[in-house]
Amino acid sequence: MQQNPSSEPIVSLRDVQKSFGPLRVLDGVSFAVQRGEVLALIGRSGSGKSTALRCIDRFEKVDGGEIVVCGHRVDRPDVDLRALRQDVGIVFQSYNLFPHLTIEQNITLAPCAVKGMATAQARDLARKVLAQVGLEEKLHAYPEQLSGGQQQRAAIARSLAMQPKVMLFDEITSALDPELTSEVLKVIEQLAADGMTMVMVTHEMGFAKGIADRIVFMHRGKVHETGPASILTSPTTPELTQFVGTGNLKS
Amino acid sequence: MSIQLDFPAVLERWPSFLAGAALTLELAFFATVLGALIGTLAAVGRGSRSAAIAGACKVYVEAIRNTPLLVQIFLVYFGLASLGLKLSAFTVAVAALTINVGAYTAEIMRAGFEAIPRGQIEAAEGLALSRLQIYWHIILLPAIEKVYPALTSQFVLLMLASSVCSQISAEELTAVANYIQSDTYRAFETYIIVAVLYIILSLVMRAGFWGLGLVLFPRRRRLGTPL
Ligand SMILES: Nc1ncnc2c1ncn2[C@@H]1O[C@H](COP(=O)(O)OP(=O)(O)OP(=O)(O)O)[C@@H](O)[C@H]1O
Ligand SMILES: [Mg+2]
Repeated sequence: MQQNPSSEPIVSLRDVQKSFGPLRVLDGVSFAVQRGEVLALIGRSGSGKSTALRCIDRFEKVDGGEIVVCGHRVDRPDVDLRALRQDVGIVFQSYNLFPHLTIEQNITLAPCAVKGMATAQARDLARKVLAQVGLEEKLHAYPEQLSGGQQQRAAIARSLAMQPKVMLFDEITSALDPELTSEVLKVIEQLAADGMTMVMVTHEMGFAKGIADRIVFMHRGKVHETGPASILTSPTTPELTQFVGTGNLKS
Repeated sequence: MSIQLDFPAVLERWPSFLAGAALTLELAFFATVLGALIGTLAAVGRGSRSAAIAGACKVYVEAIRNTPLLVQIFLVYFGLASLGLKLSAFTVAVAALTINVGAYTAEIMRAGFEAIPRGQIEAAEGLALSRLQIYWHIILLPAIEKVYPALTSQFVLLMLASSVCSQISAEELTAVANYIQSDTYRAFETYIIVAVLYIILSLVMRAGFWGLGLVLFPRRRRLGTPL
Protein backbone atom coordinates (compact mmCIF):
# COMPACT_ATOMS: atom_id res chain seq x y z
CA MET A 1 0.00 0.00 0.00
CA GLN A 2 1.44 3.34 -1.03
CA GLN A 3 1.37 6.04 1.60
CA ASN A 4 2.05 9.66 1.08
CA PRO A 5 4.97 10.26 3.46
CA SER A 6 4.49 14.02 3.60
CA SER A 7 1.11 13.60 5.24
CA GLU A 8 2.65 12.03 8.35
CA PRO A 9 4.36 14.40 10.78
CA ILE A 10 8.03 13.59 11.42
CA VAL A 11 7.58 14.25 15.12
CA SER A 12 4.36 14.29 17.04
CA LEU A 13 3.70 14.61 20.75
CA ARG A 14 0.22 14.06 22.14
CA ASP A 15 -0.70 14.88 25.71
CA VAL A 16 2.78 14.06 26.98
CA GLN A 17 3.18 13.85 30.74
CA LYS A 18 6.48 13.80 32.56
CA SER A 19 7.35 14.28 36.24
CA PHE A 20 10.62 14.26 38.12
CA GLY A 21 9.49 13.00 41.51
CA PRO A 22 6.76 15.35 42.68
CA LEU A 23 7.69 17.96 40.07
CA ARG A 24 5.40 17.89 37.03
CA VAL A 25 7.62 19.12 34.22
CA LEU A 26 5.48 18.28 31.18
CA ASP A 27 1.77 18.57 31.76
CA GLY A 28 -0.03 17.48 28.62
CA VAL A 29 2.31 18.74 25.91
CA SER A 30 1.17 18.32 22.29
CA PHE A 31 2.75 19.54 19.10
CA ALA A 32 3.73 18.16 15.70
CA VAL A 33 6.52 18.87 13.26
CA GLN A 34 6.00 18.30 9.55
CA ARG A 35 8.71 17.29 7.12
CA GLY A 36 10.97 20.23 6.33
CA GLU A 37 9.55 22.33 9.11
CA VAL A 38 11.57 24.30 11.66
CA LEU A 39 9.97 24.45 15.08
CA ALA A 40 11.33 26.71 17.81
CA LEU A 41 10.66 25.84 21.44
CA ILE A 42 10.81 28.92 23.61
CA GLY A 43 9.92 29.77 27.17
CA ARG A 44 11.30 30.69 30.55
CA SER A 45 14.01 28.74 32.29
CA GLY A 46 12.47 25.66 33.87
CA SER A 47 9.38 25.66 31.66
CA GLY A 48 10.25 22.17 30.34
CA LYS A 49 11.77 22.90 26.91
CA SER A 50 14.82 20.68 27.29
CA THR A 51 12.76 17.92 28.83
CA ALA A 52 10.31 17.99 25.92
CA LEU A 53 13.20 17.86 23.43
CA ARG A 54 14.93 15.02 25.29
CA CYS A 55 11.70 13.00 25.33
CA ILE A 56 11.69 13.04 21.51
CA ASP A 57 15.01 11.17 21.42
CA ARG A 58 14.07 9.17 24.51
CA PHE A 59 16.71 10.57 26.77
CA GLU A 60 13.76 10.87 29.14
CA LYS A 61 10.97 8.33 29.47
CA VAL A 62 7.51 9.82 29.48
CA ASP A 63 4.90 8.97 32.11
CA GLY A 64 1.97 9.29 29.74
CA GLY A 65 0.85 10.42 26.31
CA GLU A 66 2.11 9.45 22.90
CA ILE A 67 5.26 10.35 21.00
CA VAL A 68 5.77 9.25 17.41
CA VAL A 69 9.06 10.08 15.68
CA CYS A 70 9.65 8.92 12.10
CA GLY A 71 7.22 6.08 12.71
CA HIS A 72 8.83 4.98 16.01
CA ARG A 73 6.51 4.81 19.01
CA VAL A 74 8.91 6.50 21.40
CA ASP A 75 6.56 6.30 24.39
CA ARG A 76 6.48 2.50 24.22
CA PRO A 77 8.98 0.56 26.35
CA ASP A 78 9.87 -1.72 23.42
CA VAL A 79 10.92 1.10 21.08
CA ASP A 80 14.05 0.24 19.07
CA LEU A 81 16.32 2.91 20.52
CA ARG A 82 19.13 2.48 18.04
CA ALA A 83 16.81 2.65 15.06
CA LEU A 84 15.16 5.76 16.53
CA ARG A 85 18.49 7.44 17.09
CA GLN A 86 19.64 6.75 13.56
CA ASP A 87 16.67 8.80 12.40
CA VAL A 88 17.15 11.58 14.94
CA GLY A 89 20.21 13.80 15.34
CA ILE A 90 20.67 15.68 18.60
CA VAL A 91 23.12 18.47 19.41
CA PHE A 92 23.63 19.76 22.94
CA GLN A 93 24.66 23.07 24.40
CA SER A 94 28.00 21.64 25.53
CA TYR A 95 29.06 20.17 22.12
CA ASN A 96 30.27 16.91 23.67
CA LEU A 97 32.80 16.13 20.98
CA PHE A 98 34.90 13.12 21.94
CA PRO A 99 38.14 14.74 23.16
CA HIS A 100 40.48 11.84 22.38
CA LEU A 101 39.43 11.65 18.72
CA THR A 102 40.21 13.99 15.85
CA ILE A 103 37.32 15.83 14.22
CA GLU A 104 37.44 13.33 11.37
CA GLN A 105 37.32 10.39 13.80
CA ASN A 106 34.49 12.04 15.74
CA ILE A 107 32.50 12.17 12.53
CA THR A 108 33.35 8.78 11.02
CA LEU A 109 32.88 6.79 14.24
CA ALA A 110 29.10 6.40 14.15
CA PRO A 111 28.69 5.83 10.38
CA CYS A 112 31.35 3.09 10.56
CA ALA A 113 30.33 1.52 13.89
CA VAL A 114 26.56 1.80 13.54
CA LYS A 115 25.94 1.65 9.81
CA GLY A 116 28.96 -0.45 8.88
CA MET A 117 30.15 2.14 6.38
CA ALA A 118 33.58 1.54 4.81
CA THR A 119 36.35 3.77 6.20
CA ALA A 120 37.16 5.44 2.89
CA GLN A 121 33.53 6.25 2.26
CA ALA A 122 33.12 7.59 5.81
CA ARG A 123 36.13 9.85 5.31
CA ASP A 124 34.61 11.30 2.16
CA LEU A 125 31.43 11.85 4.09
CA ALA A 126 33.38 13.60 6.88
CA ARG A 127 34.83 16.02 4.33
CA LYS A 128 31.39 16.66 2.90
CA VAL A 129 29.66 17.43 6.20
CA LEU A 130 32.58 19.53 7.41
CA ALA A 131 32.34 21.57 4.22
CA GLN A 132 28.66 22.04 5.01
CA VAL A 133 29.58 23.72 8.30
CA GLY A 134 32.62 25.51 6.88
CA LEU A 135 35.31 23.55 8.74
CA GLU A 136 37.10 21.50 6.05
CA GLU A 137 40.50 22.63 7.30
CA LYS A 138 39.88 21.21 10.78
CA LEU A 139 39.59 17.59 9.65
CA HIS A 140 42.67 16.43 11.55
CA ALA A 141 42.47 18.78 14.52
CA TYR A 142 41.47 17.64 17.99
CA PRO A 143 38.38 19.23 19.58
CA GLU A 144 40.40 21.22 22.12
CA GLN A 145 42.18 22.97 19.25
CA LEU A 146 38.90 24.50 18.08
CA SER A 147 37.01 27.54 19.32
CA GLY A 148 33.62 27.02 20.94
CA GLY A 149 31.79 27.99 17.76
CA GLN A 150 33.93 25.65 15.69
CA GLN A 151 33.37 22.81 18.16
CA GLN A 152 29.65 23.35 17.97
CA ARG A 153 29.73 23.34 14.17
CA ALA A 154 31.81 20.15 14.25
CA ALA A 155 29.21 18.60 16.57
CA ILE A 156 26.51 19.52 14.05
CA ALA A 157 28.58 17.96 11.26
CA ARG A 158 29.02 14.79 13.32
CA SER A 159 25.28 14.56 13.70
CA LEU A 160 24.66 15.27 10.01
CA ALA A 161 26.97 12.42 9.01
CA MET A 162 24.33 9.98 10.27
CA GLN A 163 21.91 11.52 7.77
CA PRO A 164 19.10 12.00 10.29
CA LYS A 165 15.56 12.75 9.22
CA VAL A 166 15.16 15.31 11.98
CA MET A 167 17.62 17.33 14.03
CA LEU A 168 17.13 18.42 17.63
CA PHE A 169 19.08 21.38 19.01
CA ASP A 170 19.09 22.34 22.68
CA GLU A 171 20.32 25.90 23.15
CA ILE A 172 23.34 25.20 21.03
CA THR A 173 24.56 28.79 21.11
CA SER A 174 24.05 29.55 24.80
CA ALA A 175 27.69 28.95 25.69
CA LEU A 176 28.98 31.16 22.85
CA ASP A 177 29.68 34.87 22.53
CA PRO A 178 27.70 36.82 19.90
CA GLU A 179 30.26 36.48 17.11
CA LEU A 180 30.57 32.72 17.49
CA THR A 181 26.80 32.47 17.90
CA SER A 182 26.22 34.04 14.50
CA GLU A 183 28.59 31.59 12.76
CA VAL A 184 26.65 28.67 14.24
CA LEU A 185 23.29 30.23 13.40
CA LYS A 186 24.40 30.64 9.78
CA VAL A 187 24.94 26.89 9.61
CA ILE A 188 21.44 26.31 10.97
CA GLU A 189 19.98 28.74 8.43
CA GLN A 190 21.67 26.82 5.63
CA LEU A 191 20.29 23.54 6.99
CA ALA A 192 16.81 25.04 7.05
CA ALA A 193 17.24 26.25 3.49
CA ASP A 194 18.26 22.71 2.50
CA GLY A 195 14.97 21.46 3.90
CA MET A 196 16.13 19.79 7.13
CA THR A 197 13.39 19.16 9.66
CA MET A 198 14.44 20.74 12.95
CA VAL A 199 13.26 21.25 16.50
CA MET A 200 15.27 23.84 18.35
CA VAL A 201 15.19 25.13 21.88
CA THR A 202 16.51 28.65 21.70
CA HIS A 203 16.78 31.91 23.58
CA GLU A 204 17.67 33.76 20.38
CA MET A 205 14.27 35.30 19.72
CA GLY A 206 15.40 37.31 16.72
CA PHE A 207 16.77 34.17 15.16
CA ALA A 208 13.66 32.14 15.98
CA LYS A 209 11.55 34.81 14.37
CA GLY A 210 13.63 34.73 11.21
CA ILE A 211 13.93 31.00 10.75
CA ALA A 212 11.11 29.17 12.51
CA ASP A 213 8.01 28.06 10.65
CA ARG A 214 6.33 27.61 13.96
CA ILE A 215 6.84 28.74 17.52
CA VAL A 216 5.87 26.72 20.57
CA PHE A 217 5.86 28.84 23.71
CA MET A 218 6.05 26.68 26.83
CA HIS A 219 4.93 27.84 30.21
CA ARG A 220 4.76 25.69 33.36
CA GLY A 221 4.97 22.42 31.45
CA LYS A 222 2.25 23.29 28.97
CA VAL A 223 2.18 24.61 25.42
CA HIS A 224 0.87 28.00 26.34
CA GLU A 225 0.77 29.59 22.92
CA THR A 226 1.71 28.34 19.49
CA GLY A 227 1.57 29.66 15.97
CA PRO A 228 3.67 31.10 13.16
CA ALA A 229 6.71 33.27 13.92
CA SER A 230 4.47 36.33 13.84
CA ILE A 231 3.14 35.47 17.33
CA LEU A 232 6.42 36.80 18.65
CA THR A 233 5.53 40.29 17.45
CA SER A 234 1.82 40.05 18.20
CA PRO A 235 1.39 37.63 21.10
CA THR A 236 -2.11 36.92 22.38
CA THR A 237 -1.44 35.62 25.90
CA PRO A 238 -0.16 37.91 28.63
CA GLU A 239 2.62 35.40 29.46
CA LEU A 240 4.09 35.44 25.95
CA THR A 241 3.63 39.20 25.80
CA GLN A 242 5.63 39.51 28.99
CA PHE A 243 8.22 36.95 27.79
CA VAL A 244 8.92 38.70 24.49
CA GLY A 245 8.63 42.06 26.20
CA THR A 246 11.36 41.48 28.75
CA GLY A 247 14.15 42.18 26.31
CA ASN A 248 14.13 38.62 24.96
CA LEU A 249 13.28 39.81 21.47
CA LYS A 250 16.55 40.93 19.97
CA SER A 251 16.48 42.23 16.44
CA MET B 1 83.59 -1.04 63.81
CA SER B 2 83.82 -1.58 60.11
CA ILE B 3 81.76 -3.33 57.51
CA GLN B 4 83.55 -5.77 55.28
CA LEU B 5 81.79 -5.97 51.94
CA ASP B 6 82.76 -8.65 49.48
CA PHE B 7 80.79 -8.06 46.32
CA PRO B 8 82.90 -10.21 43.94
CA ALA B 9 82.03 -13.36 45.89
CA VAL B 10 78.36 -12.63 45.31
CA LEU B 11 78.59 -11.15 41.82
CA GLU B 12 80.18 -14.39 40.69
CA ARG B 13 76.64 -15.69 40.70
CA TRP B 14 75.41 -13.08 38.20
CA PRO B 15 73.77 -15.58 35.83
CA SER B 16 71.46 -16.63 38.66
CA PHE B 17 70.64 -13.01 39.50
CA LEU B 18 69.86 -12.31 35.86
CA ALA B 19 67.67 -15.40 35.55
CA GLY B 20 65.81 -14.35 38.71
CA ALA B 21 65.34 -10.80 37.45
CA ALA B 22 64.12 -12.11 34.11
CA LEU B 23 61.58 -14.36 35.81
CA THR B 24 60.35 -11.49 37.99
CA LEU B 25 59.84 -9.37 34.90
CA GLU B 26 58.06 -12.23 33.18
CA LEU B 27 55.75 -12.72 36.18
CA ALA B 28 55.01 -9.00 36.21
CA PHE B 29 54.36 -8.93 32.48
CA PHE B 30 51.80 -11.73 32.42
CA ALA B 31 50.10 -10.59 35.62
CA THR B 32 49.92 -7.02 34.29
CA VAL B 33 48.38 -7.99 30.97
CA LEU B 34 45.90 -10.46 32.46
CA GLY B 35 45.22 -8.29 35.52
CA ALA B 36 44.50 -5.24 33.35
CA LEU B 37 42.02 -7.32 31.39
CA ILE B 38 40.27 -8.82 34.41
CA GLY B 39 40.33 -5.54 36.31
CA THR B 40 38.74 -3.66 33.43
CA LEU B 41 36.04 -6.32 33.05
CA ALA B 42 35.38 -6.20 36.80
CA ALA B 43 35.12 -2.39 36.65
CA VAL B 44 32.61 -2.65 33.80
CA GLY B 45 30.81 -5.38 35.73
CA ARG B 46 30.41 -3.17 38.77
CA GLY B 47 28.44 -0.75 36.63
CA SER B 48 26.24 -3.55 35.27
CA ARG B 49 22.47 -3.28 35.41
CA SER B 50 22.39 -6.86 36.68
CA ALA B 51 22.64 -6.77 40.48
CA ALA B 52 24.18 -10.27 40.49
CA ILE B 53 27.05 -9.28 38.20
CA ALA B 54 27.64 -5.97 39.98
CA GLY B 55 27.56 -7.72 43.36
CA ALA B 56 29.94 -10.49 42.30
CA CYS B 57 32.45 -7.93 41.03
CA LYS B 58 32.20 -5.97 44.26
CA VAL B 59 32.76 -9.07 46.39
CA TYR B 60 35.81 -9.99 44.31
CA VAL B 61 37.35 -6.53 44.63
CA GLU B 62 36.69 -6.22 48.36
CA ALA B 63 37.82 -9.74 49.20
CA ILE B 64 41.16 -9.20 47.47
CA ARG B 65 41.76 -5.71 48.78
CA ASN B 66 41.22 -6.83 52.36
CA THR B 67 43.48 -9.90 52.47
CA PRO B 68 47.29 -10.16 52.30
CA LEU B 69 48.88 -11.11 49.01
CA LEU B 70 50.83 -13.93 50.61
CA VAL B 71 47.64 -15.51 51.92
CA GLN B 72 46.09 -15.21 48.45
CA ILE B 73 49.11 -16.92 46.94
CA PHE B 74 48.85 -19.80 49.42
CA LEU B 75 45.13 -20.07 48.78
CA VAL B 76 45.69 -20.42 45.05
CA TYR B 77 48.67 -22.74 45.56
CA PHE B 78 47.01 -25.13 48.00
CA GLY B 79 43.58 -24.66 46.52
CA LEU B 80 44.65 -25.78 43.06
CA ALA B 81 46.72 -28.59 44.58
CA SER B 82 43.75 -29.90 46.54
CA LEU B 83 41.73 -29.91 43.32
CA GLY B 84 44.38 -32.27 41.99
CA LEU B 85 45.78 -29.71 39.54
CA LYS B 86 49.55 -29.97 39.23
CA LEU B 87 50.67 -26.58 38.01
CA SER B 88 54.14 -25.11 38.04
CA ALA B 89 55.05 -22.56 40.69
CA PHE B 90 55.29 -20.01 37.89
CA THR B 91 51.73 -20.62 36.72
CA VAL B 92 50.40 -20.45 40.25
CA ALA B 93 52.32 -17.23 40.84
CA VAL B 94 50.95 -15.63 37.67
CA ALA B 95 47.41 -16.71 38.59
CA ALA B 96 47.64 -15.34 42.13
CA LEU B 97 49.26 -12.06 41.08
CA THR B 98 46.68 -11.62 38.33
CA ILE B 99 43.79 -12.11 40.73
CA ASN B 100 45.42 -9.67 43.13
CA VAL B 101 46.26 -6.87 40.74
CA GLY B 102 42.96 -7.32 38.89
CA ALA B 103 41.06 -6.17 41.98
CA TYR B 104 43.17 -3.03 42.40
CA THR B 105 42.94 -2.32 38.68
CA ALA B 106 39.16 -2.61 38.91
CA GLU B 107 39.04 0.13 41.53
CA ILE B 108 41.34 2.40 39.54
CA MET B 109 39.42 1.83 36.29
CA ARG B 110 36.13 2.49 38.05
CA ALA B 111 37.44 5.91 39.03
CA GLY B 112 38.46 6.43 35.40
CA PHE B 113 35.01 5.45 34.12
CA GLU B 114 33.35 7.80 36.59
CA ALA B 115 35.52 10.67 35.36
CA ILE B 116 33.96 10.50 31.88
CA PRO B 117 31.40 13.32 31.61
CA ARG B 118 27.80 12.14 31.29
CA GLY B 119 27.42 14.35 28.21
CA GLN B 120 30.00 12.29 26.30
CA ILE B 121 27.92 9.19 26.81
CA GLU B 122 24.68 10.93 25.87
CA ALA B 123 26.28 12.25 22.69
CA ALA B 124 27.35 8.72 21.82
CA GLU B 125 23.90 7.34 22.62
CA GLY B 126 22.41 10.06 20.42
CA LEU B 127 24.58 8.75 17.57
CA ALA B 128 23.00 5.30 18.02
CA LEU B 129 26.14 3.61 19.32
CA SER B 130 25.47 0.48 21.40
CA ARG B 131 26.48 0.15 25.04
CA LEU B 132 29.44 -2.01 24.12
CA GLN B 133 30.54 0.38 21.37
CA ILE B 134 30.31 3.29 23.80
CA TYR B 135 32.57 1.51 26.30
CA TRP B 136 34.99 0.55 23.58
CA HIS B 137 35.19 3.77 21.54
CA ILE B 138 34.20 6.54 23.95
CA ILE B 139 34.89 5.51 27.53
CA LEU B 140 37.81 3.09 27.62
CA LEU B 141 40.77 5.09 26.29
CA PRO B 142 39.93 8.42 27.96
CA ALA B 143 39.32 6.54 31.22
CA ILE B 144 42.69 4.79 30.95
CA GLU B 145 44.37 8.07 30.12
CA LYS B 146 42.89 9.75 33.19
CA VAL B 147 44.17 7.05 35.57
CA TYR B 148 47.32 6.07 33.70
CA PRO B 149 49.77 7.26 36.40
CA ALA B 150 47.83 5.31 39.05
CA LEU B 151 47.78 2.20 36.85
CA THR B 152 51.51 2.47 36.22
CA SER B 153 52.23 2.67 39.95
CA GLN B 154 49.93 -0.23 40.67
CA PHE B 155 51.65 -2.51 38.17
CA VAL B 156 55.13 -1.53 39.35
CA LEU B 157 53.97 -2.25 42.89
CA LEU B 158 52.78 -5.64 41.68
CA MET B 159 56.22 -6.40 40.28
CA LEU B 160 57.83 -5.52 43.63
CA ALA B 161 55.21 -7.50 45.55
CA SER B 162 55.91 -10.55 43.38
CA SER B 163 58.91 -11.11 45.69
CA VAL B 164 56.59 -13.00 48.05
CA CYS B 165 56.26 -15.65 45.34
CA SER B 166 59.61 -16.89 46.67
CA GLN B 167 57.43 -18.53 49.35
CA ILE B 168 56.05 -21.03 46.84
CA SER B 169 59.53 -21.46 45.36
CA ALA B 170 58.93 -19.65 42.12
CA GLU B 171 62.51 -18.93 41.06
CA GLU B 172 62.11 -15.17 40.88
CA LEU B 173 64.65 -12.60 42.00
CA THR B 174 64.04 -12.77 45.75
CA ALA B 175 64.02 -16.57 45.76
CA VAL B 176 67.34 -16.55 43.90
CA ALA B 177 68.74 -14.10 46.42
CA ASN B 178 67.71 -16.38 49.27
CA TYR B 179 69.71 -19.28 47.77
CA ILE B 180 72.74 -17.14 47.02
CA GLN B 181 72.97 -15.61 50.46
CA SER B 182 72.72 -18.99 52.15
CA ASP B 183 75.41 -20.38 49.81
CA THR B 184 77.80 -17.47 50.15
CA TYR B 185 77.02 -16.24 53.66
CA ARG B 186 77.02 -12.75 52.13
CA ALA B 187 73.46 -11.70 52.90
CA PHE B 188 73.99 -7.93 52.98
CA GLU B 189 75.82 -7.79 49.66
CA THR B 190 73.28 -10.11 48.08
CA TYR B 191 70.31 -7.97 49.08
CA ILE B 192 72.05 -4.76 48.07
CA ILE B 193 72.46 -6.23 44.59
CA VAL B 194 68.86 -7.45 44.62
CA ALA B 195 67.62 -4.00 45.65
CA VAL B 196 69.53 -2.39 42.80
CA LEU B 197 68.11 -4.96 40.39
CA TYR B 198 64.55 -4.21 41.60
CA ILE B 199 65.15 -0.51 41.04
CA ILE B 200 66.32 -1.23 37.51
CA LEU B 201 63.27 -3.44 36.88
CA SER B 202 61.00 -0.64 38.13
CA LEU B 203 62.63 1.82 35.78
CA VAL B 204 62.30 -0.62 32.91
CA MET B 205 58.60 -1.03 33.64
CA ARG B 206 58.01 2.70 33.93
CA ALA B 207 59.80 3.24 30.63
CA GLY B 208 57.62 0.53 29.10
CA PHE B 209 54.46 2.21 30.34
CA TRP B 210 55.66 5.56 29.09
CA GLY B 211 56.23 4.07 25.62
CA LEU B 212 52.88 2.32 25.67
CA GLY B 213 51.27 5.65 26.59
CA LEU B 214 52.71 7.21 23.44
CA VAL B 215 51.02 4.52 21.37
CA LEU B 216 47.71 4.57 23.28
CA PHE B 217 47.23 8.33 23.47
CA PRO B 218 48.09 9.92 20.13
CA ARG B 219 46.28 13.11 21.09
CA ARG B 220 48.54 13.60 24.08
CA ARG B 221 51.59 12.83 21.94
CA ARG B 222 50.58 15.60 19.57
CA LEU B 223 49.28 18.22 21.97
CA GLY B 224 51.06 17.28 25.18
CA THR B 225 48.02 18.17 27.29
CA PRO B 226 46.26 15.86 29.72
CA LEU B 227 42.70 14.96 28.89
N1 LIG C 1 16.84 14.85 35.57
C1 LIG C 1 16.09 15.71 36.31
N2 LIG C 1 15.79 15.41 37.58
C2 LIG C 1 15.02 16.25 38.31
N3 LIG C 1 14.51 17.41 37.86
C3 LIG C 1 14.79 17.77 36.61
C4 LIG C 1 15.59 16.93 35.75
N4 LIG C 1 15.71 17.54 34.55
C5 LIG C 1 15.01 18.69 34.66
N5 LIG C 1 14.44 18.84 35.87
C6 LIG C 1 13.58 19.95 36.30
O1 LIG C 1 12.52 20.07 35.39
C7 LIG C 1 12.22 21.41 35.15
C8 LIG C 1 12.26 21.69 33.67
O2 LIG C 1 13.58 21.53 33.22
P1 LIG C 1 14.02 21.78 31.74
O3 LIG C 1 15.48 21.50 31.69
O4 LIG C 1 13.16 21.03 30.82
O5 LIG C 1 13.77 23.33 31.59
P2 LIG C 1 14.14 24.30 30.39
O6 LIG C 1 12.86 24.89 29.92
O7 LIG C 1 14.97 23.60 29.40
O8 LIG C 1 14.98 25.42 31.14
P3 LIG C 1 16.32 26.19 30.67
O9 LIG C 1 15.89 27.30 29.79
O10 LIG C 1 16.87 26.70 31.96
O11 LIG C 1 17.21 25.20 30.01
C9 LIG C 1 13.20 22.23 35.96
O12 LIG C 1 12.57 22.64 37.15
C10 LIG C 1 14.31 21.28 36.25
O13 LIG C 1 14.90 21.58 37.48
MG1 LIG D 1 17.04 23.70 28.87
